Amino acid sequence: MADKLISKIPDGPLSEKWTKRKSEIHLVSPNNKRKLEIIVVGTGLGGASAAASLGELGYNVKVFCISDSPRRAHSIAAQGGINAAKNYQNDNDSIYRLFYDTIKGGDYRAREANVYRLAEVSAAIIDQCVAQGIPFAREYGGYLANRSFGGVQVSRTFYARGQTGQQLLLGAYASLNKEIAAGTVTSYPRHEMLDLVVINGEAKGIIARNLVTGQLERFGAHAVVIATGGYGNTYFLSTNAMNSNGSAAMQCYRKGAFFANPCFAQIHPTCIPVHGDQQCKLTLMSESLRNDGRIWVPKKLEDVEKLRKHQIKASQIPEEDRDYYLERRYPAFGNLVPRDVASRAAKERCDAGFGVNETGKAVFLDFSDAIRRLGHQKVAERYGNLFEMYEKITASSPWEEPMMIYPAIHYTMGGIWVDYDLQTTIPGLYAIGEANFSDHGGNRLGASALMQGLADGYFVIPVTIGDYLSHKFAEPKTDINAPEFVAAEKAVQARIDKLFAINGTETVDSIHKELGHIMWDYVGMARDEEGLKSAIAQIKALRERFYKEVKVPGTQFEFNQELEKALRLEDFFDIGELMAYDALNRRESCGGHFRVESQTEEGEAKRDDKNFMYVAAWEYKGEGKEPELHKEELKYEFIEVKTRNYKD
Amino acid sequence: MNFNVKIWRQRNAKAKGHFETYHIDDIESDASFLEMLDILNEKLIREGIDPVSFDHDCREGICGACSLYIDGRAHGPDDHVTTCQLFMRHFKDGATITVEPWRSSAFPVIKDLVVDRRAFDKVLQAGGFISVRTGSAQDANNILIGHDTAEESMDAAACIGCGACVATCKNGSAMLFVAARVSSLALLPQGKVEGAKRARAMVRKMDELGFGNCTNTRACELECPKGISVAHIARLNREYLKAKFSE
Repeated sequence: MADKLISKIPDGPLSEKWTKRKSEIHLVSPNNKRKLEIIVVGTGLGGASAAASLGELGYNVKVFCISDSPRRAHSIAAQGGINAAKNYQNDNDSIYRLFYDTIKGGDYRAREANVYRLAEVSAAIIDQCVAQGIPFAREYGGYLANRSFGGVQVSRTFYARGQTGQQLLLGAYASLNKEIAAGTVTSYPRHEMLDLVVINGEAKGIIARNLVTGQLERFGAHAVVIATGGYGNTYFLSTNAMNSNGSAAMQCYRKGAFFANPCFAQIHPTCIPVHGDQQCKLTLMSESLRNDGRIWVPKKLEDVEKLRKHQIKASQIPEEDRDYYLERRYPAFGNLVPRDVASRAAKERCDAGFGVNETGKAVFLDFSDAIRRLGHQKVAERYGNLFEMYEKITASSPWEEPMMIYPAIHYTMGGIWVDYDLQTTIPGLYAIGEANFSDHGGNRLGASALMQGLADGYFVIPVTIGDYLSHKFAEPKTDINAPEFVAAEKAVQARIDKLFAINGTETVDSIHKELGHIMWDYVGMARDEEGLKSAIAQIKALRERFYKEVKVPGTQFEFNQELEKALRLEDFFDIGELMAYDALNRRESCGGHFRVESQTEEGEAKRDDKNFMYVAAWEYKGEGKEPELHKEELKYEFIEVKTRNYKD
Repeated sequence: MNFNVKIWRQRNAKAKGHFETYHIDDIESDASFLEMLDILNEKLIREGIDPVSFDHDCREGICGACSLYIDGRAHGPDDHVTTCQLFMRHFKDGATITVEPWRSSAFPVIKDLVVDRRAFDKVLQAGGFISVRTGSAQDANNILIGHDTAEESMDAAACIGCGACVATCKNGSAMLFVAARVSSLALLPQGKVEGAKRARAMVRKMDELGFGNCTNTRACELECPKGISVAHIARLNREYLKAKFSE
């Protein structure tokens, strides 16, 4: 099976690889495109832009989402911005610098060729989005405005207030609507993919559940594109939307698609701290706030005590008694270090007893300097809606007292393994956006998720999928009565029947919460061998309990949110286990993955390039069996691999 | 905090609905309204009662999925919020809270508090876009847009498509929703080309799908979670008239 890991990276100089690959790809003529069907699962930035662009090309597209409308996909919640190598600021930005920052930010675990292509198409994304009517922030002269994000020293982030993801998604959704109106795309809202159908080793369709009627339905195609996002909700508490899940990816994994670097999960430093055990969702405060906000905790433990007892307010602590620990530890980047570094530094201070709220798990993000320097109006223009949102949730005003923040699970860099064409190890099956693994290595930089979703959807998949489909136009439509479809539907039905038959006493959420605790405690911000082994054992035990004790109320043939959650939780068990196996195997600290055994004397992450400079691609070996590891060696031909340094 | 929650229960689109009242204890004042419903559902499941279905997703006030009519107001008794950003501290301890789905003939009930809002998608499919193909665009800075114009366009583009405007309007009109899209695009040079056609097509589709007429009560503006101004309706009307004259 190892020979399946062919990355198909084109030869030649870095800057010519994409051009070269495009020129090699076979074309499909317009009259043949009409005969070809493509299924796109998911309607976030990746899925919506892919479905719209494929529809424009003339393919027959079916697009699926679990929400009532494609516009609800979780991309909508991205706040801060989207990167592009436009160099509009004349600050010496370039495709190369965006590429370099992304590789370095990812701690040298991403593919050079993929990342370079991402940087290369980034500028065209902004052009496309402006043409769609996205109201990006403008300077007074009418030109586009930019801001900075973590891990970089240039201003290349385009934004629409704190709602950039919303605006980009509405742009992609508008293009999708245009194609739905034109009849090239058929939309299936409130449909959830429950299995991938593989015929003669190729992806040929999906089984989906109509979430309104509960019926299982079969859909055939010549190719399937997975754009279902990440699996952060394995942790129960995360910044992901409540319905975000990793199930489609797991279905593909169980049907033979390799899953890469599952342990690379991003813990975002600026989230609103947990307020109690009734909570089920964490709220992110955009990283853009770190442009002007300064992060600190008190220097003195007695001040911490007083804060916790509400005897003093943060604003009363004098400047000299504040520890701006990011500025102290990382003078060159200060508050704008990458997310993994900022998160670990917050944990370090809180573990040392300097956490500023009752739970001891919070640090300050302070705007008083920015308000003095820029004035109220400028700050309001940049962050007004974020301040408002913070105040709505916490009943405390960032204009008067600093925000309190703490790290939380936010994004998953790991995902379905894909080659340079974004094709998985199953021919005809593609994965784009957060659902694949390829561009962010061990850590994603801020404002790069939106860039990758749209790069894949607008500019990569519409080209690369043609290479596969150019051999398929003579094939008849996929027969949804083929034995493989019947068998797949039967298996899904059996899964559902099994869940209803348990009829226990525990709710799905209560068991999911327990899984979340195991994940956060042992597969969270600091991981070690003993803890990871224990996590694997605990997940297995919890899964067994789930199959004995869970209660799924209602019936299959109705709108049933508990059934939806139960099916997703089954898959979260598999993902959690896979993450722990991968984390156990990767005995180095790298990006968002911190192994306690691998750190420097100062407590910084210590990478092990000699032994771990590879993509860990896992192959499913059957229920309850240990997955098999395949390695794709990472070769850095064009940049020098260095230790990440944000100090000087 | 303790509450009595009087909730609309309806098995499916065809079934007859009714109110049920449930008692719930020990809710933190910092819990959101939807977290309160989560806790209620946990309790109902343990008691063998079918949990209450409601649409929700991001819980950050941006996806527009949540759609509850609480004590006679869309998204409940706080200004400019979605239900997920409504917190229990806004209610009196011991209060009876009435929760209903959006009531509009254009949004039929699917189950309990969940409604079918596909009519909104259909209105946007009628013309809520700029007809640009992927790859056709010129350099982004070739289209200059004044700072204030971009900000005004963004004000309208902030619409989350939740449907509170329709649920609030006594006529069940979708004018604010349609106006937000038409106005956001009409303000921009790249959106002007199809401006008149867009307004005409979207208004026609809105009428066809059973949304009511606008009688300028401005209730929609008050209940819009994003505070979208009815001034955008005036711009829609101008665009629509332009389209009429050009017919």
